[in-house]
Amino acid sequence: MTVTATPVDNGVNVEALLGARDALTDTPEIAQFQWRSTVTWQNGTHSRSEIEGFYGLCDEQVHTRKFSLDADHPPQFASEDQGPTPVEYVLVALGSCLTAGVAAVAQQRQIQLRSVSATLTGEMDLHGILGADPSVRNGFSGVKVDYQVDADASADEIKALVAQSQKRSAVFDMLTNPTAVTVSVS
Amino acid sequence: MPSVTAVVVGAGHTGLAMSSHLAARSIDHVVLERGEVAHSWRTQRWDSLRLLTPSWMTGLPGAPYDGDDPDGFLSAVEVADLVAGYADASAAPVLTGTTVTSVRPGVQGFDVETDQGHWHTQAVVLATGTTRSVVPAIARRLPEAVTSVPALDYRNPDQLPEGGVLVVGASASGVQIAEELQRSGRPVTLAVGEHVRVPRAYRGEDLFTWLDRLGVLDERWDQVDDLVRARHLPSLQLVGGDRRVDLNSLQDAGIRLTGRFAGLDGGQAQFSGSLANVCALADLKLGRLLDTFDAYAGGRGDRPEPTRVDDPPLGLDLDSGEIRSVVWATGIHPDHSWLDVPVFDHRGRLVHDGGVTRWPGLYAMGLPVLRRRRSTYIAGADADADDLATHLLDHLGTGGSRFAQEAS
Repeated sequence: MTVTATPVDNGVNVEALLGARDALTDTPEIAQFQWRSTVTWQNGTHSRSEIEGFYGLCDEQVHTRKFSLDADHPPQFASEDQGPTPVEYVLVALGSCLTAGVAAVAQQRQIQLRSVSATLTGEMDLHGILGADPSVRNGFSGVKVDYQVDADASADEIKALVAQSQKRSAVFDMLTNPTAVTVSVS
Repeated sequence: MPSVTAVVVGAGHTGLAMSSHLAARSIDHVVLERGEVAHSWRTQRWDSLRLLTPSWMTGLPGAPYDGDDPDGFLSAVEVADLVAGYADASAAPVLTGTTVTSVRPGVQGFDVETDQGHWHTQAVVLATGTTRSVVPAIARRLPEAVTSVPALDYRNPDQLPEGGVLVVGASASGVQIAEELQRSGRPVTLAVGEHVRVPRAYRGEDLFTWLDRLGVLDERWDQVDDLVRARHLPSLQLVGGDRRVDLNSLQDAGIRLTGRFAGLDGGQAQFSGSLANVCALADLKLGRLLDTFDAYAGGRGDRPEPTRVDDPPLGLDLDSGEIRSVVWATGIHPDHSWLDVPVFDHRGRLVHDGGVTRWPGLYAMGLPVLRRRRSTYIAGADADADDLATHLLDHLGTGGSRFAQEAS
């Protein structure tokens, strides 16, 4: 790590995050969050999801604005390509979660980032979702993430940033460990 | 009700070290012990266990190691004999066969209840060690045909049925038990979560020689960067002696690695897909540790190979008969269930500052990074006991006697 006269600024308010960790010691209930989205079928394989409210810090919260995300499938699936496929959103979720983590960890370790990018790939055998081979799973058989990071740090320090980001990533955890999912109809 | 100035709970090496320092300050006390001296060293260790630390690190107050093999590693029985010999030599006031069933605040200090009667005391020192296996809830849902053994109950391979074994946890206990079971002819699968990879020796010298030389073991709890993390660090992936227990060596011996045991769906064990990352974290951390050794000594030693992670299985059918037993090497905790004093956090963990709890007169010994990084090693007890006995004496001179005056 190179110490420079310019303060390290990756745009992450680490003090606020660490302050939150201290606050949790006194009031652990503020850590209980619920994330939400709604989804509405549009046509064919096209659906639109909206995200606005969530629960946390012992109260109802809202984003600064409502987000709307379309998902669909490409023409190769006889669809109209009104948005990315749901499995691509999974890659988006993983990539953005890990990258946010890289920035936060770098800030905490006083490493100035210049550029961070990653390429994500998810391998899938369609025999699974088409029900053509019961031995093939529906989801990804594997996910690969390859980072390119330019920062004031050694190669091992950069590897450690990326490793620590995985260790603290919600989406990495959800993809690598089982999660109970309950779907109901009301 | 008999009264004594201080009660030490547990006659292991930490309790006896405390006893020695209390005696040096003429503080009358008893050491209450549920079994015999060094009970858990005789009853809660597997047969082949040896200390992770070399014998030169097994000194007790006034009794530095004086054997002829300072670089050897004591077996559990040898540790028990060492501790028992120390109890005799120091004439510690130990009451064996006395199980403490509760400690609660009393009129002047504490009321201590045991299965042999009650005590009243002005100070209590918890020196009970870590005697309780931490086994995850999924252990209760294993298929009935699979034998389930917590590491504290494991003795030797003969205790387990023939056939495959899943060892859960790859810290000191897990890797040692896995290696021994694989040698016994039982094919071992080792579920690996976060772990601390260290070499037994580096540049021809033992790990602890390096750590001692660099002052790492003397780093104080109030100087450690992230104390919470330091206190919850898994035990070192190490064995006392010549066996090789790093993950590459275990794989060479035929052991199959998986990620952390993450869930059980019917009879289907599910393993985390994070193995590559926990190994990368451990390898990077190992590299940083060896960098500090090299920075001290100059030059650069031969570095261990990165951990090989080769397409680990994500699931295993526990109903298939392939796995006949599971050994849970998933951690050990102290048992403070009998302590009826409000010194616990919301998760039930004892809150203390260098062994001093927020309840005046109540102290703890032997916990990870209690006052120093060496606190949990045998020779770490001396300095901690010295510090805490001094604090305890101050307490008697202020709070303790004030209570006594108010009550009289």
